[in-house]
Amino acid sequence: MTADTQSIREPRVALMRDPRTRGLIIQIVMIIAILAFAAWLINNTVRNLAQANIASGLGFLSTRAGFDIGQVPIDYTSNSSYGRALLVGITNTIIVAGSGIVLATIVGFIVGIGRLSRNYLVRGLSTIYVEVFRNVPPLLVILFWYFGVLSVLPLPRQAIDLPFGAFLSNRGLQTPAMRFDPEAVLALIAFVVGVAGAIVLSRMNRQRQMRTGEQRPTLLPSIGLILGLPLVVFALTGFPFVFEYPEATRFNLVGGLQVKPEFLALFLALSFYTASFIAEIVRAGILAVSWGQTEAASALGLTRRQSLRLVIVPQAFRVIIPPLTSQYLNLTKNSSLGLAVGYPELVAVGSTVLNQTGQSVEVVAIWMVVYLGLSIAVAAFMNWFNARMALIER
Amino acid sequence: MEEQVAAYVAKEQKEPLPPPPSEVGLTGVLRKNLFATPLDSALTVVLGLFSIWAAWNLIQWAFLSAVFVGANREACLAGEGQAVGACWAFVYAKLGQFMYGLFPLGERWRVDLVIVLLVALALPLAIPSVPQKRLNALLLMVAFPFVALVLLTGGQFDIGGGWIAFLFALAAFASASFAAANVTASRRLLRAATWLAALAMVLLLASNIVWSGQMDLLVFRFSVLSLLAFLTALASITSSLVAAWSGEDGRAVALRTLAPPLLVLALVVLLAGDFGLSPVATNRWGGLLVTLVVALTGIAASLPLGILLALGRRSHLPAVRLFSIIFIEFWRGVPLITVLFMSAFMIPLFLPEGVSFNQLLRALIGVALFSAAYMAEVVRGGLQAIPKGQYEGAQALGLGYWQMMRLVVMPQAIKLVIPGIVNTFIGLFKDTSLVYIIGLADLLGTVRRGFSDPNWITPTTAATGLVFAAFVYWLFCFGMSRYSIYTERRLHTGHNR
Repeated sequence: MTADTQSIREPRVALMRDPRTRGLIIQIVMIIAILAFAAWLINNTVRNLAQANIASGLGFLSTRAGFDIGQVPIDYTSNSSYGRALLVGITNTIIVAGSGIVLATIVGFIVGIGRLSRNYLVRGLSTIYVEVFRNVPPLLVILFWYFGVLSVLPLPRQAIDLPFGAFLSNRGLQTPAMRFDPEAVLALIAFVVGVAGAIVLSRMNRQRQMRTGEQRPTLLPSIGLILGLPLVVFALTGFPFVFEYPEATRFNLVGGLQVKPEFLALFLALSFYTASFIAEIVRAGILAVSWGQTEAASALGLTRRQSLRLVIVPQAFRVIIPPLTSQYLNLTKNSSLGLAVGYPELVAVGSTVLNQTGQSVEVVAIWMVVYLGLSIAVAAFMNWFNARMALIER
Repeated sequence: MEEQVAAYVAKEQKEPLPPPPSEVGLTGVLRKNLFATPLDSALTVVLGLFSIWAAWNLIQWAFLSAVFVGANREACLAGEGQAVGACWAFVYAKLGQFMYGLFPLGERWRVDLVIVLLVALALPLAIPSVPQKRLNALLLMVAFPFVALVLLTGGQFDIGGGWIAFLFALAAFASASFAAANVTASRRLLRAATWLAALAMVLLLASNIVWSGQMDLLVFRFSVLSLLAFLTALASITSSLVAAWSGEDGRAVALRTLAPPLLVLALVVLLAGDFGLSPVATNRWGGLLVTLVVALTGIAASLPLGILLALGRRSHLPAVRLFSIIFIEFWRGVPLITVLFMSAFMIPLFLPEGVSFNQLLRALIGVALFSAAYMAEVVRGGLQAIPKGQYEGAQALGLGYWQMMRLVVMPQAIKLVIPGIVNTFIGLFKDTSLVYIIGLADLLGTVRRGFSDPNWITPTTAATGLVFAAFVYWLFCFGMSRYSIYTERRLHTGHNR
């Protein structure tokens, strides 16, 4: 017996035929190749930069920018530094991405549910919307809004009157602005209290239902708490705000809140473009919940609305959220197209900085870091939301 | 317990429900589809009015008050108190630019020929019932790109001897492996062929590091070492040929062995030969031509790269996996426009002295790397959907890694993710419009330049041009998505529950 086992030796294999050795060799060769390639690139870059007399490093961020930016949500003048200019760009990116995400979600959900409607007209219009916007480049839609629609609007003197004292002209949309007095803070506090109250109420009602099976109305009292309470406080403090209406002067509209055409074009194009994708995601998500679930819900005696709210939508959300996240990320990244119409977001400001200083490596690195950071932030938030919505399995 | 039940159990008899409304006949169908509930009715009325209003305005703009003929902006200007719709005269006047850019008028037949060749090769491939798929695919993937390159640029490339030696060394490897298919071939000659091919590669590597004198052979410039490499590669090919010929059934194998060097020879002749085509610089290309070149190159480069990256991401080798993950997540995390800026501004920095890529090529590199990362994720989805039993079954049959992937896993995985792949293609096609921002004149770029032309500035020119461009993009993207749906249905064989 022992003789037998000794006679069966490990067969001798060529070095390259042994999976482990071969894997090791492949990896070592790959790492060496990548390192050599990187070293070659860095070597070339350093030499080219030295030839062009460009000092690398982030020192240029604190030098004076010397150019103006059209839309500045934070303090900025042409005397500010390049770093400040890039910060303005980041803020503008976040503004347009955030507002775009909100509008795209609203439109996308409406259209997506519309595509499943029993109403023939609603279904047809939703389908046309999706097929048109999904198959056209977003950049083209941005240019269309900017050059095709907003640029050919009348001059501010002949601005189109919209309801509620708003004006639309080729300088953008001018709406009345609310100017609040300091007492308005009380209403804000009332709003926060109202939200907290609504949460407590819905928790209590849910626990009561779990205990006794008795359902108490939740929706209407919650709306009353969230909206009514601040309104009452607002009325009690004597409506402490004034509307500031835009007024037509000789050449321009003055006062109120001005939304520039660059922002408007980018915002509308991105939202409508992304909404067409969100609509398809929503439709697929709802269709993914099997028909048996609907039947089971109605067999339990739930009404159509209840079965939607309690059975269908929670399950559909599980399918919807992951692709929705990637659409939000796409919208954030597509906001960089603002460059084409001169909306001063990160890439537009960055390319001005790049042209003035020649610090291409640093500016591109800043772009990449900021976008990767934004992507990670959105993804992390959506992952958290997804974990909350996910099926809790035994 | 009893009171809990009491809360939701009905105590009295409910009223019987009314009979459902009729769903047959014209009124029945209308009621079911348009006026089922009061909310539905309201929606129908509002949306119906909206549709009529929108359709009327669209027809008014595009046809009734549109301008179809005219030589310049005068035709499209509104008179007193009248509105002018689309300015189609502008599109008609600029159509040549929208399609070819500044490609010389006399040479545009070359672009047409490329498009005709593309359609003639791609259409039979797309229709399932046409035979000879393998030959067709080879022509489209291997022959067509080079022919198109020569037709579009004018050819007569300046190929260095090093490249020729490299191509022939590759051919030598291929010949050796083909010759090895003949089991009766002389093993000694085959081994010699392989070692000679490897020696050619080593010599080539050396010729890039060590400088050795220059000499001209025909029109090609060789260094001594690269010439040596070239000759070694030829020797290797001869050795393979003799080996293949000497065995039984030698003729067929020898012919196959001869194929790679002949292909390389044809390639070199094609690229370096003079066919009397006048050269056209890429900065004169434009319009739909550039859009198609960027999109097709991106598609052609992204699929193989994406498959490799997807395999890398699922590899058991940690270094390969890590590299793939970093590569994919990096490109997916940044917008394409920064990638294009990077390729426009940083590739010149990365290159050694004296080497420069033109603008189109730099954009192509950026687009290819970017779309490869997206493609990799799509393919990975397909790979993950293949049950483990398929891998194990392939391994049990004794297939190696590449055989397993090529013969068992990939065909199933790709079939599963065809919709995703086509979606990536559609996204890529739309994204090509971004190259206009870095100064290339693609379809959108030429339209953008067209409506800034002082001869044509009117309030409606921009909208007309953009609607035209949108329609062209839409046709391509919609066509691709319909074809994807058709393929998906056709291939929907297994995996049915």
